[in-house]
Amino acid sequence: MRPVRVAALLLRQLYLLRGSPARVLPIFAWVAIDVVLWGFITRYLNAVTSPGFDLVPVLLGAVLLWDFFGRVMQGVTMAFFEDVWSRSFLNVFSTPISIPEYVTALVVSSVATSAVALGVMVALAAAAFGLSFLGFGLALVPLLLVLFLFGIALGVIGCAIVLRLGPAAEWLIWPIPAVLSPFAGVFYPVATLPAWMQACSRLLPPSYVFEALRALVAGRSVPASAFAIGGALAIAHVLLACWIFVRVFRYAVRTGLLARYSAESVS
Amino acid sequence: MTTPPAPAVAAPPVLSVDALRKAYGAVAAVDGVSFRVHRGEIVGLLGPNGAGKTTIIDMVLGVVTPSAGAIRIDGADLGARRSAALERTSFAAVYAPLPGNLTVRQNLRVFGLLYGVAALGRRIDALLEELDLTALRDVRCGVLSSGEQTRVSLAKALLNDPRLMLLDEPTASLDPATAREVRARIRAFVARSGAGVLWTSHNMFEVQEVCHRVLFLSRGRILLEGDPRSLPREHGLATLEDLFVAVAREPLTLERG
Repeated sequence: MRPVRVAALLLRQLYLLRGSPARVLPIFAWVAIDVVLWGFITRYLNAVTSPGFDLVPVLLGAVLLWDFFGRVMQGVTMAFFEDVWSRSFLNVFSTPISIPEYVTALVVSSVATSAVALGVMVALAAAAFGLSFLGFGLALVPLLLVLFLFGIALGVIGCAIVLRLGPAAEWLIWPIPAVLSPFAGVFYPVATLPAWMQACSRLLPPSYVFEALRALVAGRSVPASAFAIGGALAIAHVLLACWIFVRVFRYAVRTGLLARYSAESVS
Repeated sequence: MTTPPAPAVAAPPVLSVDALRKAYGAVAAVDGVSFRVHRGEIVGLLGPNGAGKTTIIDMVLGVVTPSAGAIRIDGADLGARRSAALERTSFAAVYAPLPGNLTVRQNLRVFGLLYGVAALGRRIDALLEELDLTALRDVRCGVLSSGEQTRVSLAKALLNDPRLMLLDEPTASLDPATAREVRARIRAFVARSGAGVLWTSHNMFEVQEVCHRVLFLSRGRILLEGDPRSLPREHGLATLEDLFVAVAREPLTLERG
């Protein structure tokens, strides 16, 4: 692993962000809109439901964490799509860069953009709606970490899908968080779901995160096993995602797809 | 027309290709190709469209995996030591322009880091100067003319002071004056650095001017090999273009022995 090659792709992302408001705005604009929308919904629900239970940390906190996960995933895919849009595969992959270096650059790029998004969301939620994550203390760290790892995993899988199916497959990637959210129990306990959906939930690390969030808000302790299972699942998803990406990349090199990517298929 | 300076054939080759084969299902795009490129040597890879030239270049670049055979670049086995082999290899082709949304300098900086170029800032400034790109350094590549984009691609290809350059129709779409200038710069670089070049072109005048040796490909196989200035006569033809047409039309009559 040569850090300088990772730095090269990060520099490329920086150049692109610096010169393009269309790239900078989505990093925080949509998540900020989500926070504002759900902040007012939560305020309204607080006004019409029985007093004593604050919905702000339950709903707005959940939205914030879910949007963080979505930003992490998109941070990975956006960096990859830059190569798709500028048709750079031939130039980039004919350099000495290795696949671990390339994927690391996607991940580090996502760390930077999702950190900005998280900062904006936390500041806006605190300033406008009084949501403070400080009350959760250090328990918040593993929750964010699990969501971050799962976001990376889905981002890498998204890149593999687009590499395999061609640029038009991009539209399959954007809705992935929305498709998963009913299973992840973002806004309700997993027990609310039918048995088959609960079985799916158990395989999704975010479902452990949101169960833990609700327990923390209710003042209950969160068993360490919940963090451990969520974390282990997230790591397993990251490893699986990397394995899938490497397999797809090798397929693309073996079949000639990488060199003729704009054709979308070599068959 | 001048004959290019003789290459260093006694030294180990910068590119060794042995029994290279690439098959897509039952179709062999490249079928048992073997050749060498020596230091200071420009080898022309010629053949009709679909003969397998670009597939060979893609395999040497590591973006297409061979079905069989071996590729060694400056002694490093491409399959086993890909990064080491590609570190001193470079590539330019008219169909692979640099990202148009970055400026000339930004592109050169990004690719310079990818190739691990030392003293990158100075190297970029020197190449911008050498290729008359200084005035365009802060212009996005997407708005440059074809000739300017070719010069930028060439600057990228020279960044890492390559031992092996792969140039796939580097002067296609250029006007004759710019094409001549590009050929002169590449020849000067080869003479100065001792790099080896694998060059594809459909311009037979250009091939005769710059190449020490040519390989004629047809249907994935090398049919002929030799000096582009004497090869037509050896086959009873007047020009290299006549030979090219003969290879394209009647490959079976020209199989190499």
